Amino acid sequence: MDTHLKDGAAPVPGDYKSDVKPIWCPGCGDYSVLAGITRAMAAMGLERHNTAVVSGIGCSSRIPAYTSVYGFHGVHGRALAVASGLKLARPDLTVLVFGGDGDGFSIGGNHFLHACRRNVDLTYIVMDNQVYGMTKGQASPTTEADWCESKLTPEGPGVNPIQPVALALSCGANFVARGYSGDPNEVARLIVEGVRHPGFAVIHVLSPCVTFRPEQRSWKGAVHPYGREPTDDPAQAMRAVLEDDGFGLGIFLAGNRRPFHPAVAATAGIAEIEEGFAV
Amino acid sequence: MAVDSVTIALVGSGGAGVMTAGQMLLDAAAAVGWYGLMSRSSGPQIRGGEAAAMVRLSPSPVHGPGDRFDLIVAFDWQNVERFAAELPLSADSVIVTDPAQGAVPAVLAASGARIIEMPIKELAARIAGGRVNMVGLGAVAQTVGLPRAGIDAVIAKALGKKGEAAIQASNAGYDAGAKEAAGWGLGLELAAPQGTGAVRWNISGNEAAGLGALKGGVRFCAAYPITPATEILEWLAPNLARTGGTLVQAEDELASITMCLGASFGGVPSLTATAGPGLSLMTEAIGLGVASETPVVIIDVQRGGPSTGIPTKSEQSDLNIAVYGLHGDAPHLVVGPTSIGDCLFTAQWAVHLAEALQTPCIMLSDQSLGQARAVIDRPADAPFTAGRLLAEGLDGEARYKRYADTPSGISPVAIPGMPGGEHTADGLEHAESALPSSQAADHQTQLDKRLRKLTAFDFGPHWAEIEGEGEVAVVTWGSATGPAREAVKRLEAAGGKARLVAIRLLAPVQPAKLAQALEGVTRVLVVEQTHGAQFHKFLRAHYDLPGSVTVFSRPGPLPIRAREVHEALLSLI
Ligand SMILES: Cc1ncc(C[n+]2csc(CCOP(=O)(O)OP(=O)(O)O)c2C)c(N)n1
Ligand code: SF4
Repeated sequence: MDTHLKDGAAPVPGDYKSDVKPIWCPGCGDYSVLAGITRAMAAMGLERHNTAVVSGIGCSSRIPAYTSVYGFHGVHGRALAVASGLKLARPDLTVLVFGGDGDGFSIGGNHFLHACRRNVDLTYIVMDNQVYGMTKGQASPTTEADWCESKLTPEGPGVNPIQPVALALSCGANFVARGYSGDPNEVARLIVEGVRHPGFAVIHVLSPCVTFRPEQRSWKGAVHPYGREPTDDPAQAMRAVLEDDGFGLGIFLAGNRRPFHPAVAATAGIAEIEEGFAV
Repeated sequence: MAVDSVTIALVGSGGAGVMTAGQMLLDAAAAVGWYGLMSRSSGPQIRGGEAAAMVRLSPSPVHGPGDRFDLIVAFDWQNVERFAAELPLSADSVIVTDPAQGAVPAVLAASGARIIEMPIKELAARIAGGRVNMVGLGAVAQTVGLPRAGIDAVIAKALGKKGEAAIQASNAGYDAGAKEAAGWGLGLELAAPQGTGAVRWNISGNEAAGLGALKGGVRFCAAYPITPATEILEWLAPNLARTGGTLVQAEDELASITMCLGASFGGVPSLTATAGPGLSLMTEAIGLGVASETPVVIIDVQRGGPSTGIPTKSEQSDLNIAVYGLHGDAPHLVVGPTSIGDCLFTAQWAVHLAEALQTPCIMLSDQSLGQARAVIDRPADAPFTAGRLLAEGLDGEARYKRYADTPSGISPVAIPGMPGGEHTADGLEHAESALPSSQAADHQTQLDKRLRKLTAFDFGPHWAEIEGEGEVAVVTWGSATGPAREAVKRLEAAGGKARLVAIRLLAPVQPAKLAQALEGVTRVLVVEQTHGAQFHKFLRAHYDLPGSVTVFSRPGPLPIRAREVHEALLSLI
């Protein structure tokens, strides 16, 4: 139920869950990501009323309804823009953004590029299942070139998948990490680090779509710790990412770019501005 | 005998400084108490190339361009053919030309206008640091009888920083031009200023729109540059910062509008400005604003369309997309300013309405309002500011219903930061609780509610500007109002009678109010600047127009002139 955090009591993940039952398929990786998110919120003790989650459209973008903080469930691909506007207008809020690989890198690709380079203080959790779940199984920008299960691309998409982590690094994201939904505690840790790190944080979470890509269950055996300490040097992080097999988990970059924020203190009243028009 | 309006064009290529001269002329006229309007025309080149500053001056407020040019001063004739159609002349017109620049182009000479030769370049060359535009300005000032005090004030203001030598050169150029013109005897001296006593402003429509937005309470703007809307952003950038707001140059229009929705969800009144192509890109997200009930103002400074059309010239042809462009049943607000000064009022009202009704408001300005500059009486202060109905008594006991089905249709909103109001705003159809729902009853309830909040709202007298009386009515909107108003005034000056109804609130429609405004009318003239008579069809779809209806509709880029409307009106009398 939508109760308030009790004064003094340490928050628990359940405080950040809504009572809405997810529409996801049984076994969908996004359940565990949601668990990681609420654990992270509890670990940080976020105030619910000062926290906002923003998403686009897709299975993964349903997350706002399943949390008990403020949320904005928008249209396909625009989550980062909505969140950027919100954070710039309300720097006092903690703003997290959620979505899928299609939402983030296909229709929202341009916003991803610019969110990375703009470096607004947001945390973006992108749930990558290398498929469009919500529209029932089409190739996404992270799908392998030879994946032939979609009716739209029966011969396979035939084009190389993009590499979200490398893309984020090359566009200037200030914090870049990878998690796996099968390990919600690690997801929670990465989110906490991402939120605490100033600037735009990208957390790429491998989150299997058991319905349209049942073979992704094997990711459980493929993932491994990335195994190095986070660096603040994007070039070093990029070398490590290119050497990685795509299943390495951990923080690749914790950079030190200054977050983008225009000044907000008023220095003039309207009357003064109006005087400029008088003849 | 003094005249009560003079229309002047200063023509020349890039380096001649026609825009500066036009601007100084308008400023100087304003300084001595006249009113005026300046629009500009230039070719498709980015910088330099052919250009004209078009200025109309009058002792009383100016509503639109003159019927024809009384005086053209040409510094050179480079490519003037490209916009000769924008320079209507008659046998009563005067062309001042520098013989060193060759003959007056045939397209203009064919008007039969009187041609006066003046060695502009040579006169300027005789002065150290002399410039042709000041020589031209002096000739124009002499011709219209501009008191010297006007130009003194303007030169001091414009050139103060450049030092004494620059001021002296400008004065000498001005005097040389004035001396030449002293003997012309053109009879174009303007009547003395009437002096309403009001404080007067020199402002462009785009600046006025920016100011209106600020006055309405806008403190966030995200936008992508596009002609002819960019000046709104350029004006807002420093002025939002001064008032504690933020402007972001977004990566595209999809980001612009959705950033605004995000900021507005955060409780900060937000605005974006664009032109036709950008509005097309925004329509999906404007629907998101409707469904999620997030206020936002979109100023569309219309230009010739479709596609990239004629970016630097005016038209009113985005009406259809503004009213009908959203998918689904998506009631929203559409307003149109009726003059340069009214861009202020309408933008301020738009912010107020969007916030009060928690829905997007599209304001349809256009190039001819936005990029023109006028001397106007300082607009009266309007009481409209942003005021969102906030949720109260959020104790966390009962679940907060973001989309509560209230009698007014307006649901009290909780803003992030308000404890107990946590909810997810959603573009998916939802129940009153804000939870996604695809149930028929919820869809019906929310559609009804979103429509009701617009239809039940009292928009007061501002839905239209209504003037005059009689059995003939001119029904118009937006920038077509200026020439229509002038046409009605001309008819009245000749003893005729007509009503003017300029609709400011295009959506939601106000059938009862228009019916009242047109009571007793037997003939209607619809005036608009489109090729497909969009406004006429819009009226036909939503209103009962009395008696016989005549349509004056033609596309841009040439501005609608009062003469055209007057002729159409006379044919109805
Ligand atoms: C403008 C627009 N185009 C297409 C769609 C249809 N659509 C909804 S979700 C989606 C893809 C979702 O895939 P992804 O972002 O990877 O998320 P997932 O469902 O896999 O979590 C698409 C194409 C839409 N809602 N809006
Ligand atoms: S379709 Fe795939 S991504 Fe969507 S809910 Fe089902 S398992 Fe999850």
